[in-house]
Amino acid sequence: MEILVCVKRVPDTAENEISIKGDGTDIERDDLVYSVNEWDNYATEEAIQIRDKVGGSVTVVTVGDSESEEILRRQMAMGADKGILLADDAFEGSDGRGIASILKAEIQKGKYDLVLTGAQADDGAAQVGGMLAAMLDWPYASLVNKVDVEGGKLKIGREIEGGNQEMNEIELPCVLSIQTGINEPRYVGIRGIRKVASVEIPSHGAGDLGIAAGSVGAAAAKVKRADYFTPELGKGAEILEGSMEEKIDKLIELLKAKGGLK
Amino acid sequence: MAQIFAYIAHKNGVVEDSAAELAVAAKKIDAAAQVTAIVTGSGSTLDSACQGAAKLYAQVWKVDNAALAYPNGEVVRKALAKIVPAGSILLVPHDTFGMDMAPGLSIKLDAAYAADIVGLDGLDGATLKAVRQEFAGMAHTHVAIDTAKGAVLTLRPGSFQPDGAGASGSVTDKSGDAGDLSAKRRFLQVVEAETGDVDITKADVLVSVGRGIEDAENISIAQELADAMGAVVSCSRPIVDAKWLEKARQVGTSGKTVKPKVYMAMGISGSFQHLGGIKGSPFIVAVNKNPKAPIFQVADVGIVENILEFMPAMTEKLG
Ligand SMILES: Cc1cc2nc3c(=O)[nH]c(=O)nc-3n(C[C@H](O)[C@H](O)[C@H](O)COP(=O)(O)OP(=O)(O)OC[C@H]3O[C@@H](n4cnc5c(N)ncnc54)[C@H](O)[C@@H]3O)c2cc1C
Ligand SMILES: Nc1ncnc2c1ncn2[C@@H]1O[C@H](COP(=O)(O)O)[C@@H](O)[C@H]1O
Repeated sequence: MEILVCVKRVPDTAENEISIKGDGTDIERDDLVYSVNEWDNYATEEAIQIRDKVGGSVTVVTVGDSESEEILRRQMAMGADKGILLADDAFEGSDGRGIASILKAEIQKGKYDLVLTGAQADDGAAQVGGMLAAMLDWPYASLVNKVDVEGGKLKIGREIEGGNQEMNEIELPCVLSIQTGINEPRYVGIRGIRKVASVEIPSHGAGDLGIAAGSVGAAAAKVKRADYFTPELGKGAEILEGSMEEKIDKLIELLKAKGGLK
Repeated sequence: MAQIFAYIAHKNGVVEDSAAELAVAAKKIDAAAQVTAIVTGSGSTLDSACQGAAKLYAQVWKVDNAALAYPNGEVVRKALAKIVPAGSILLVPHDTFGMDMAPGLSIKLDAAYAADIVGLDGLDGATLKAVRQEFAGMAHTHVAIDTAKGAVLTLRPGSFQPDGAGASGSVTDKSGDAGDLSAKRRFLQVVEAETGDVDITKADVLVSVGRGIEDAENISIAQELADAMGAVVSCSRPIVDAKWLEKARQVGTSGKTVKPKVYMAMGISGSFQHLGGIKGSPFIVAVNKNPKAPIFQVADVGIVENILEFMPAMTEKLG
């Protein structure tokens, strides 16, 4: 099975405090730690496991800039066979639809049976996979937490509300968005990264992909971020101050009043 | 002005809470709009769902087809692509169905798409201003959506409070317009979540741990505090994904809905999917080392500390 996994380089929210620049145009990016989007890591692991079971290859692709190469290498260190960088000034400012159009152009240059995305990325839109499938006219399933290859089809589980699982049969080729928890992504050590450090990663731009200028990027975006802002907080929490000991004493008192302690 | 439609989620013939929320959201887009509810399904449960929708919307479009009996996103998208007129604004709940169906529909309708909207500031010409969040709720943004060729919008559950307004709408049967509903994804069955050894939904006090617990071995620290408090340990999703605790202990939209008196959020950032599983307005205590964590916006009491130091200290104090 030829599998393509779409991955994105994002600020790691578990590692960073996100703060907004004074003028609201962006978040402070200077000291951010970036990593591969959490969901995409599960997607890559799933692709590797499917390949190891049924054969074929795994390609990881990202729409980004030269710095995004590091996540392609990281996913190759996990076991992906190949990486492709899609980079061009014309891609900058693309909305989800733009990103999906760029990915679609790359997919149509290859011959893939299965395309995996993460369920969502840093801006929580959860849109690129579904858009991509619609553009390709391939079937789509989101929030996938189980994949079994059964002949020319897949039997998949989708996570739905309450932790229930919706089982489906889906034809190939298809696009699946992968939910966390589907597997346990393997650990990548510094050794693994070194092994792929000098592997050539091809970079494709708008010209290579036959994407008309103006059909992607900021000019084509139907959804534009106007600003970042800090909302007026509601009442917010009463923040307990003092030493650790004082905070605990105060909390115990409050909990007793609320019936949280006998 | 664009026509506005709302996709109605329903189960066993009863419309979900989102039906009333979308009606409120539609008014924020255009106070004067006549909003049409679209209800898809099959048979008698569809009919009762349409009755429910008619209590909230002046017009209801019913689409009855055996292929729509279960809301398979691939099938519903096909029906909506046929039925929703070009240039319309369609509202859909941002739930596991909406995330599945809606992005692709925007492509089929050649409309704009904006997901997980938490606020709406109204239309200015064809530009709709909306509020979203990024980075797991740590940053808010205003977005400008070009609705000139229509828009598909998903709205975060719970973000638009129903205003109690009612209607006595009429139901129009649009089943004949849905066209061919064959799809390359076939729904098989729903597998119910496993029940675990503990029932966190019955606990009065929960000590709930998130990614801030850092390691499987540290779970015992939370258990010791819970024991000292007579509480039960629950958790956020990453703890279950990592297999440090069983799925039955997960609080949230894809886990359990809990109604404790006291909820102790330990190293939990406060994502909407997590908070969506906490009902009944408990007294929420948040301990987090990041003073900007979104959980502090919803908690009653906040403590900025390292939970790995705080929890043992509190256990000792109670001991
Ligand atoms: C469809 C869907 C369904 C989902 N369903 C659920 C669900 O049911 N339940 C759920 O919980 N999530 C769910 N999620 C995931 C959700 O979006 C968040 O990713 C998740 O809730 C984050 O968990 P967390 O707060 O533990 O981790 P994080 O967001 O990583 O937060 C960890 C917090 O711990 C703090 N911290 C770190 N170390 C320490 C320390 N030593 N001391 C004190 N504080 C510390 C950090 O400052 C941070 O605020 C779902 C996501 C999707 C897409
Ligand atoms: N710039 C990008 N390059 C490659 N894949 C992307 C990019 N942006 C989003 N994706 C894919 O789409 C998924 C969902 O992201 P989003 O729709 O932005 O929430 C991600 O998990 C990725 O798999």
